[in-house]
Amino acid sequence: MNGPPAIGGFMHTSLRSPVARLVTWLAALLMSIGLTGCGYNDFQRLDEQTQSAWSEVLNQYQRRADLIPNIVATVKGEANFEQETLTRVIEARSRATGIQVTPETLNDPAAMQRFQAAQGELGSALSRLMVVVEQYPNLKANQGFSDLRVQLEGTENRITVARNRYIQTVQQYNVLSRSFPSNLTAMVFGYKPKANFQVANEAAISAPPAVDFKKP
Amino acid sequence: MTRLCARCLLALGLWGVVVFAAAQGLVSVPALSARVIDQTATLDAASLNALEAKLAAFEQSNGSQVVVLMVPTTAPEDIADFTQRVGDAWKIGRADVGDGALFVIAKDDRRLRIATAKALEGAIPDLMARRILDSAVTPALRQGDYAGGINAGVDQILARIRGEELPLPNASAAQRAASSSDFEWTDALIFLVFAVPMLSGLLRGMFGNKLGTVFTGLGAGALAWVLTAVAWVAIGAGLLGMLAALFMQFLPAASLGGGSGRGGRGGGWNGGMGGGMGGGGFGGGRGGGGFSSGGGGNFGGGGASGGW
Repeated sequence: MNGPPAIGGFMHTSLRSPVARLVTWLAALLMSIGLTGCGYNDFQRLDEQTQSAWSEVLNQYQRRADLIPNIVATVKGEANFEQETLTRVIEARSRATGIQVTPETLNDPAAMQRFQAAQGELGSALSRLMVVVEQYPNLKANQGFSDLRVQLEGTENRITVARNRYIQTVQQYNVLSRSFPSNLTAMVFGYKPKANFQVANEAAISAPPAVDFKKP
Repeated sequence: MTRLCARCLLALGLWGVVVFAAAQGLVSVPALSARVIDQTATLDAASLNALEAKLAAFEQSNGSQVVVLMVPTTAPEDIADFTQRVGDAWKIGRADVGDGALFVIAKDDRRLRIATAKALEGAIPDLMARRILDSAVTPALRQGDYAGGINAGVDQILARIRGEELPLPNASAAQRAASSSDFEWTDALIFLVFAVPMLSGLLRGMFGNKLGTVFTGLGAGALAWVLTAVAWVAIGAGLLGMLAALFMQFLPAASLGGGSGRGGRGGGWNGGMGGGMGGGGFGGGRGGGGFSSGGGGNFGGGGASGGW
């Protein structure tokens, strides 16, 4: 009250008047809403969501890798099974599980690509194995093997779902980090767009399939 | 604000999915109108009603939601992809448990699938789903006995869910009530501690000391009433609020600039808390009345497909 007369007097009157006081409060409220509106919290939420979606992807890949030794063991029980297909599966599995995946992998496109390539190779080796198995009636009739097949199918479904969810979450994150005004927040805090899944063998898919009806 | 943004994003995403699905010529996900949806008009009214009643009774007693969907075809998609889309759209299963299961039959494709939400992946593992299809359903479907096959499959699914230790509907409701009232207690306390001084400052500024004090008391009481719906808590909070306001009158009205700064931060808190509660109320309100999805089912690709 006894401060510098000009400023003190001004504050005194302006804060005593109810309307001015209300305006001050509203301004403070708006400012605090504006701070959350710049997307900082959205970045945190989506970042956490991508992490957990990615963990789910890894989880399902691991489930598949854990299933393979059983499948290989069952198939090996079949006499004179085509060895080359089996070896490819085993090798692809050891390559895929040999890659160390850390949370930093998400922000490293090259490492991400290596990981995806290894998993994609394992997937194609496995589906090749399942095709070859069709030629072995004993295996097809084996209850244990058909159980493993059901589990493998379920795991592949789960991988697809987990990958889809990861892709969607990353898409949300990337849209947020590139659109205005949240891109300013991303710039200030250094948030980069995250690497998404790509089709591992783009060239192979776009090439037309070679159909050969000749008996082997 | 952020919640609103998330809603918008979600709506946009859903819209995108719908548009995408339409553009690809995929079979659209039917509206969740009943527990048994037959788009092929294969089942007669009696067996439809019996199945519906059985599933309704099961939800009443055990809480889990099981829905049977029969479509002519899922082409060009595989039945697994179609079922996944349906599961993602419907999210059947209780909101707090997430126990839902889908039984989809594509009649003309001669394919069928049991899909489980993650909460039921333990009750019905993929292998078990496959065995149910192989042993109970497909033999009857091969004979053309759709009602019998589907009924047998549903019986098996329900039996497996019964064997799982899931929270029962009443117990879970009571638990939820207990936990939510705990939550509101702490919330109310925080609210009173932070909001009452701010509110009283504002009201006394606007209406003068006496009227402002009364209004603060009334406001605190009304807030406590809204939060807890317990009369004596509300009255107590009102009295406390009035006392606090009275007490604050005798504090020196100094450091006005500092005071308004503190108030600004408090305002931010205030808005955030209100938003959170509104969301909770909205989520809870959707579960009740008639048959609607609990919204908790998270379908992660579990289940098994079969054919006949």
